[in-house]
Formats: sequence, structure tokens, C-alpha cells
Amino acid sequence: MIQTIARSLGRFIVCGLLVLGSAASVLTSCPAQASSALVVPGAQSEHDFPWASDGEANVPYVFHDPAKEGRVTGFEYELMGAIAQHLHRHSRFIQNGWDGLIPGLSRGLYAMVIDGIEMTPEHKEAVLFSHPYYVTSDRIMVRREQQGLESLAALNGHAVGTIKNTAAERLLLQQDNVSVRSYDEETNLFSDLKNGRLDAVLIDEPIAHYYGSDDMKLVGPPIGTVAYGIAFSKDNPALRDAVDNALTTLQHDGTLHRILARWNLWTPQMAAYTGDKTTLDIKPQAWEDYRRTMESMSGSSFHAIMYRYVRFIPLIGQGAVMTLAVSALAMILAVAMGVVLALGRHYGATSIKILCGTYVEIVRGTPLLIQVLFIFYGLPAFGIRLSPFVAGVLSLGFNYAAYEAENYRAGLLSVPRGQMEAAIALNMTHFQALRLVVVPQAFRTVVPVMTNDFIALIKDSSLVSVITLTELSQTYIRLSSTYYDYVGTGLMVGLAYLLIGLPFVRLARMAEKRLGRVIGQGHH
Amino acid sequence: MVLQAKDIRKSFGDNDILRGISLEVERGELISIIGPSGCGKSTFLRCLNFLEHPDAGDVRIEDVGLTSPRHWHRRDEAQAHRLRAHVGMVFQSFNLFPHRSVLENVMMAPVHVKKMDHEAARRIACELLKKVGLAAVKDRYPDRLSGGQKQRAAIARALAMRPSVMLYDEPTSALDPELSEEVLSVMRALDEEGMTQLVVTHDMRFARAASDRVLYLEEGKIVESGDPDVMFANPREARTRRFLRTLLS
Repeated sequence: MIQTIARSLGRFIVCGLLVLGSAASVLTSCPAQASSALVVPGAQSEHDFPWASDGEANVPYVFHDPAKEGRVTGFEYELMGAIAQHLHRHSRFIQNGWDGLIPGLSRGLYAMVIDGIEMTPEHKEAVLFSHPYYVTSDRIMVRREQQGLESLAALNGHAVGTIKNTAAERLLLQQDNVSVRSYDEETNLFSDLKNGRLDAVLIDEPIAHYYGSDDMKLVGPPIGTVAYGIAFSKDNPALRDAVDNALTTLQHDGTLHRILARWNLWTPQMAAYTGDKTTLDIKPQAWEDYRRTMESMSGSSFHAIMYRYVRFIPLIGQGAVMTLAVSALAMILAVAMGVVLALGRHYGATSIKILCGTYVEIVRGTPLLIQVLFIFYGLPAFGIRLSPFVAGVLSLGFNYAAYEAENYRAGLLSVPRGQMEAAIALNMTHFQALRLVVVPQAFRTVVPVMTNDFIALIKDSSLVSVITLTELSQTYIRLSSTYYDYVGTGLMVGLAYLLIGLPFVRLARMAEKRLGRVIGQGHH
Repeated sequence: MVLQAKDIRKSFGDNDILRGISLEVERGELISIIGPSGCGKSTFLRCLNFLEHPDAGDVRIEDVGLTSPRHWHRRDEAQAHRLRAHVGMVFQSFNLFPHRSVLENVMMAPVHVKKMDHEAARRIACELLKKVGLAAVKDRYPDRLSGGQKQRAAIARALAMRPSVMLYDEPTSALDPELSEEVLSVMRALDEEGMTQLVVTHDMRFARAASDRVLYLEEGKIVESGDPDVMFANPREARTRRFLRTLLS
């Protein structure tokens, strides 16, 4: 639920950032490129060919192979490999969340995006597209026993699910009386069809094939046409043209046909589109492998499931390390900045008080998600480009600094005025009085709240997954949607969060106890 | 003359608290400042070490003088800092640092302000605590002390900075009579040693018995000052007489 809200909010913001980004790119992309050498944004060497996709629950496009941990596959993945090879480069896949794909492209994090992106007029305004590499239609899918929902018109009066921001969604919204439910994840969409929350699903045919199970069926004729294109930054037509040439060659020499056939995705529609009437004698090996893996998992023995969980441990460990690193660094930043803000607001000159107060109010009054996206995708418009890790730490740190500042200010207020006076009368400077007398006492009231804040921060660090960092929550989404296992992986990831948080709770207890012993109930 | 205050004025909003108070104090004097509540006696004391910034007036203690400026600047603060080096202060509410032991309370300023060597500061602190009768409880935290012990610790803390003048702002008002006596006897002992002390107090018995001089303040002005025996027995001013009569009857 939260995830869904976050993602749709993200999409909304991303649209805004996109406008900002394209405005900035217009400003900066004037000088003509005299050289004929290909400009490949994000390339780390002359042969590098970096492209991005959202590999979470994205079968059969680009996804994590459930049969082999750590392996990425999919027909788009293979197509990008073939294109890279044709251009004498090395294909490199970069994982990015769906909402971040196009903003990342505008930022030059990578050269192109392939993720079943429909070539709609709206999309064409934001990016350049290659020729379509796949043409398909939307299909209606229902439960096996369902009767009579075989056309768009017949869907009236029913609950129909689809994926957000797709041609299918727009088709459904044009119907008079369809109750439309839009999803982010295919997995959730199909499990709702299965358990009866939805009467039908309208979706791109490849997805229907791969996500549909034996108790579902495709009904009615194909609806409309959906064309997928590879997306490029608007200021790089040369790269687009090079990839188009490669695509044309791969179409003519049968490479595209072979890839699609392996995935059981070669259709009469594709034959008509490419003009390729041949029938290749190719087994749909990739398709069969995938089906077999999924079947074997659904009937897994306890032993097999346990074995799988053991293989998850390193992945969850990696996610936990990322979560901990981001959280710990962000907390250090938040504490340091919070102290400065609190002192500024408590003791500063009027202008500094106003400045600190304004910072606190603005940061507390706006959602963290917007801050994360703004710092990562928005700041490059002003020439500030931060790595995802740095952007994640900064946005979390800046955000929590505002809360810490208020927390510390309350702590400072809780120290009686006489303490400061006594210190000044002893001829301490203001700074010495703060450091030796006021702050140590304020600390006592602040520790319990800080513990809470740190635990909240660990959990909020999941928001940095929107800027391509694979931390614990992102690991959970990836594993659970790859293996359709929300319970077991959920428990494992939940445990990881608890294990990260516990040491800090212990630490805070110790600090409180020590301070409590020292200060006791002392109140004068 | 160790302390000289000239025409000290202070108001809070429309309320004129001090309307021009001048005072000269000789080395070794013990002066009690008395008067009804709200007469400005505490404010006057706090103006002497610039815990309160006077609106106007001069203060000179030893060789450091400071004329209250209209606007308080960094150099004025620096001068106040120099001046405070000669003044110790004791508060009604003790204001010991609750997160430090008694010994640490006494050592803190010498170590951090005077940059005194840790061992030397410790030696001095132990000596002072012995003098005020707290040697046995030096490692306790303030919340484990009685009120009288707290105030004696606060006196030791102020003395550790080797001041020329000690200011006391109602030092015994929060204490029972027998605990007050512990504190007052320390102050008497300091007087014997020649310490200059200014005490704002409601304790008329102490003011009469121990002071060299008594100041009677009312409505921000010194109404009468002089020898305690003379003033208590036969005040010159009608207002002083009225105050003493209501207090002693």
C-alpha cells in the first residue's frame, strides 16, 4: 500500500522533474558535435554500453532469473546484448526503479532505457525512440471458469485490473462503466485476479503469457496495437540512429526472430510487422525453462524452500549493509547538523534564528520522498550531480537534521537558566558553558528520542531505493516478486531490520542508564 | 577600594528597577543589602558582574572597569569577561552542575577557564572543600547533598577562581535555619580572612551581627546605608524604620 502510494507519487514528481530536466538539457546542448564518434552517456570506457531497466517483477522483459541467483535475463536483455555486440561494445545492465528510468536517462546515468516502454505521444515528448523492436496487443485474461467477458464492451460493470500508465489502462478508462484498478507490479495484479478481487485483467500479451497460470485463460481477440521502443535522451539522435541501424540488421539477419522464438514471443503480428514470413526451427527454450522453474517452485519441498532461503542470506546481507551504511552516515550528518541548527535557533542572532527556523519548517513540512527525488534528479538542473549513495545519505541526513534540531532545542530548553548563569559567573565563555554545562545536561533528555529517530531513520532509508540503491526493502521487493514468496522473504528481511536496529536500542539504554546514574533525579 | 559602582541604571520595559545606584567597597568589607522584594537588590548584584547588562553606569573591580554601552558589543563582552575574573557569585538556588561530582564542580572552572594543571586544580579544590566542611562528600553528586552542603559546595566552587569579591544572592533563602547557619558560618570565616563580600539577604540577624555595613534599597535607590548597629537600632529614614518594623515585629 505505502509502496504503491510512494511509487505513484514518485511518478507524479518525476513528470515535473522531467520538464525541469529537459529545459536544462535544451540550455546545455547547443554546441554541435563535430566528431562522428558515438557519444554514449554513462559509459565508463570506450566499449561500455550502459542501459537501464527495472528488473523487478518484469518477466519476460528483463528480470532476475529465479533458477539462478544473481543472473539477469529476459528477451530485452538478450536483445541489448545483440545490439551491443553489433556496435562492438559490451552491454551493461543498470537496475533502476520504473519511476527513475527516464529521469536517469535525462541525467546521463546511462545511454538508453528498454523496459517495454510504449511509444505513446506523451512519451515521445520526453524521449527519442528507436524503431519498435516488438509489436503486440492487449489481451483480456480471466479465471478459467469465467464466462462472457470476451470484449472491451463486455467488461462494463466489472472490476478490471491493469498496469499503471499503459495503453491498456487508457483503454479501460475510456469505457463507461468499468471499475479500473491500476497496479505497479504484475505479481500483485495476477494474484488479485486469482483470488477474485478482479474479474478480468487487460494487459500486454507477453505479460499475460508469462504471468497467467493454469487456472486462468486468455479470451477474445487481441485489442489495439502496442509498440515498444528503446528510449534515448532527446539530445542524442546520433546514438539513436546507430541503434536503429543495428536493430534493422538484427531484424533482417533473423537475430531478433531467434531471440523472440526462444522466449515463445514470435507472433503472426511480429511476422507481419517485420515482413519475415520464415518459420525457424527453434525450441522456445527460455520460455520452457522459465515455466519449469516456476512449476518446480510451486511444489517445492520444505527442504528446497529452506535451501532457497539460505541462498537469500548473502543478498539480504548486502541489502542490510547498504541500509546500515546509508542510515549510519545519514544519522551522523543529522546529529551534527541538528546541533548546529538547534544552537542557532536557541542562541543565534535574529537573522540566524529565522534562517534555522525556516530550514526546520520547510524540511519538516515536505515529504522525504520528494526531497530524495529532488536532490537526486532535480539538482543536476543546477549543475550539482551526486552519486545515488551520496544523494541518499544527504537527503536522509538533511531531513532528519530538522527533527534532531527540534529535539535538541527541547533538550536545551529543559536545562534551567541558572546553569548557564552559574557557568558565566565562573567566567566560562558562552561556548565553554554550552559544551561543559548545558549540552551534557540537554543530552540526557534527548537520548531516548534520538533512539526513536534512529530506528525511524533505518526504516525511512527504504525510500532511497527510488534512486537506484539496492537496500533491504528493494532486496525484499526483488526476491519476493521473483519467487512469488512474500511471507518467507518478508520475515527474513523484517528480521534483518530488527537486527540492525537492536544494537542502537541497546546502546541508547546504556547511555541512558549511565547518564541516569550520574544525574539521578537531580532537579533543583 | 576594591569595587566601585557608579550610577547603575536598569529597567525592564517601563519598569525602572535600578534608578542610579552608586557604591564603593573597601577591601575586606562585608556588606549586606536589604530591602523589600522587588526593590532591585538582586538585579543590582547581578549588574556588578554583568550577568545582567545595566542600561547605564560604570563598574570597576580591581583594575578592570566597564562602562555600560548603549549597545553590547564583542569587546564589551571581552571586558566583562576580564572583570568576572575578580568576582565570584553564589545563587539562591545553588546552581551546582548536576552532571558532575562536587569535586568536579569545584575543579571545572580552574581547569577550563584558567587552564590550570589538573593535579593543581584538584589540590586546590580538595583544600577548599575541606575548608567548607565537605571533604567527606567530595565524590558525591549534587543531588546526594543537603541544601546547606550544596550551598557550601557552591561557595567553594566560586572561591576556586580566587576572586577578590564574592557576591551572594540570597544564599540562605532556600534553607532551614540550622542549614543556613552552616552557610553563614562559612561566610563569617571568609570575613575573618579578609574576603570582600556583598550579600543580598533577608536574614536580618546575620545582616546585623556580621556586616560591616548595611544598605537599605527601596524602589531602585539606596535609601540609607551605614553601620548595622546604628541602622537597626535607630534608622535615619522613615522608610527604613517602617521596613525594619514590619520585618522584626
